[in-house]
Amino acid sequence: MRTVVRAAGLSVRVYPRALIVGVVLLLVALATALVNLTTGDFPVPVAEVLKSLAGEGDAGTDFIVYELRLPRVLVTLLVGAALGASGAVFQSLTRNPLGSPDFVGLTTGAASGALIVMLIVGGGGVQVGAGAIVGCVVTAVVVYLLAFRRGVHPFRLVLMGIGVSALLEALNSYLIYRARLNEAVAAQVWLIGSVNGRGWTEVVIVAVTVAVLVPMVVYFGRHLKLLALGDEMAVLQGVPVERSRAVLALAAVGLSAGATAAAGPIAFVALAAPPLAARLSRSPSSGILPAAAMGAALLSAGDWAAQHALPGNDIPVGVVTAALGGIYLTWLLFHERRGARA
Amino acid sequence: MTAVVAAPLRKRAKRRWIGFAAAFAVLFVVIALSVAVGSRTIPLSTVWQVLWHSDASAESAIVHDLRLPRTLLGLGVGAALGLAGTVMQALTRNPLAEPGLLGVNLGASTGVVISIAFLGVGSAAGYVWFAFVGAGLTSAAVFALGGAGRHPTPERQILAGISITSVLGAIVWAILVLRREAFDRYRHWDVGSFSDRDSGTVLRILPFLVAGVVLALFLGRQLNALSLGDESATSVGASPVRVRALGLLAVTLLCGAATAAAGPIWFLGLAVPYAARMIVGSDQRWILAYALVLGPALLLGADVLGRVLVAPAELPVGVVTAFLGAPLFIALCRRRRLSSL
Repeated sequence: MRTVVRAAGLSVRVYPRALIVGVVLLLVALATALVNLTTGDFPVPVAEVLKSLAGEGDAGTDFIVYELRLPRVLVTLLVGAALGASGAVFQSLTRNPLGSPDFVGLTTGAASGALIVMLIVGGGGVQVGAGAIVGCVVTAVVVYLLAFRRGVHPFRLVLMGIGVSALLEALNSYLIYRARLNEAVAAQVWLIGSVNGRGWTEVVIVAVTVAVLVPMVVYFGRHLKLLALGDEMAVLQGVPVERSRAVLALAAVGLSAGATAAAGPIAFVALAAPPLAARLSRSPSSGILPAAAMGAALLSAGDWAAQHALPGNDIPVGVVTAALGGIYLTWLLFHERRGARA
Repeated sequence: MTAVVAAPLRKRAKRRWIGFAAAFAVLFVVIALSVAVGSRTIPLSTVWQVLWHSDASAESAIVHDLRLPRTLLGLGVGAALGLAGTVMQALTRNPLAEPGLLGVNLGASTGVVISIAFLGVGSAAGYVWFAFVGAGLTSAAVFALGGAGRHPTPERQILAGISITSVLGAIVWAILVLRREAFDRYRHWDVGSFSDRDSGTVLRILPFLVAGVVLALFLGRQLNALSLGDESATSVGASPVRVRALGLLAVTLLCGAATAAAGPIWFLGLAVPYAARMIVGSDQRWILAYALVLGPALLLGADVLGRVLVAPAELPVGVVTAFLGAPLFIALCRRRRLSSL
């Protein structure tokens, strides 16, 4: 079901259900973000938060909202959106529900880059982010080259990713093993993925990433449905196959690198957000924007759960997403198996 | 007619025996190196001398208190992981099956972490039981979820391994972030190493190792039958259900013991059966026999390499095996026709 809107020589296909799902998910994400702004060590009523956001709050509320909570909430939303979009692109490109940055080894590569900066070079903040981005991009290139053999077969790409991430995981655990305890704990928390204590620097990193790359991905992503039909079909329809694919892959790598630089390698959001959004909009593949909204909503809700799961402890949000994502994947396998039997 | 068929068979049998002898020779060389090489290298003649006549010299103390226990541990763990990988690949008919990739190692880790953090267990004697429970539950879950009997495709099993790994990983992380002192102990165990294990470790896991090894070796014939498919296996008198249950038991015993003693070690279970199959073909009895010899040879070799590469420091053996094994995995995936993966 779709409607075509034509105005001033441009025509845009609109899928009402996907649009509604996207808007509802966005509202859910914003609502959970608002809840996250109100809760914490000092509960602030919703009205006060809204007043403060509008620029009319008192100094104390302003401090709590702008300095303590808003950066974290924004990082959560933006990282979730970046991961959701990146996952949607990867899954379409590889035509494989496992083709997410987690499995292609990108997040592990980013973690290795960050750990090398943290534990060997001894940098912090922005340098760690830069290390993560470099690690991510280098890993992407290596995995791609390894999987390349008269073209890149999607499933081989996933297997190469598993092999390369195993190698990098060994490197990561060795780096942690030889570090001093304090540094090792900090590195481990970073490895799990956390939005705790994130400031405006991280907000800027991931906001720039999202602002630049998401429009790019959406623009080039209009060919994704045709690419999914196979290269010959896409060429016949006049799609510049190689260029679209290269731009999309690079942009998706960039999105996942930016997200990892800001919050660490958060597991499973990129894997789970696109199919969940697709299921809600009842289409075989999700659009990029609904997936991004789903990612933001998931991560925002995950962060709320991470803050409240164990009273008195702020566990990293990566723990929550890994647990939920693993349960989701297990359920998927179980469900599929029962479906195959019936 | 018989003579025509028998000639290549005899040739193959000969090749198997020669290969077996060569593997044993390699194992002996590696054992000798493992006892002799280290931050203080001891000449082989001295090793030989103090081995039989221990005196008060420093060399004697190093050989008896450090190198010998470490070598024995490597022997046991290597044999266990090699056999576990072989049994797993035969059971799942999946050339990529490996205790690490299928999440069994992490199952053992989870058991160990829970025992360290909540029950205050501090020694391998205590870990080992929790490692067994963790490894057993995880392998059963992965087999069940991967569609053990009906549609066991390799991808599904790896996927099942990954999904269970991630849930367990989340549990492990949550515990470690909240308990710093447990994290400190865990990170030294998690890297997969022989260096700071005390000398009694190998004795403690010995009963489980022996039970697992014997069980695995006795399964050879039935695993051969199973490789023909469930129906054929039943018709030659090997009940698929029983073979799977016993195989699972063997994998649990072997992986649990090895992981409790040395920490999670990746890729050995992948590489050993692969190498064995290249030499002997598809007869599981021979592959198991080879795995028993090649596993320790590879693991001890990796351990010696780890001592030499960054001397005077040491690379943990788990890191060395991952760095040797991951390229093998990648090469394997590149070589295989994708349809058969």
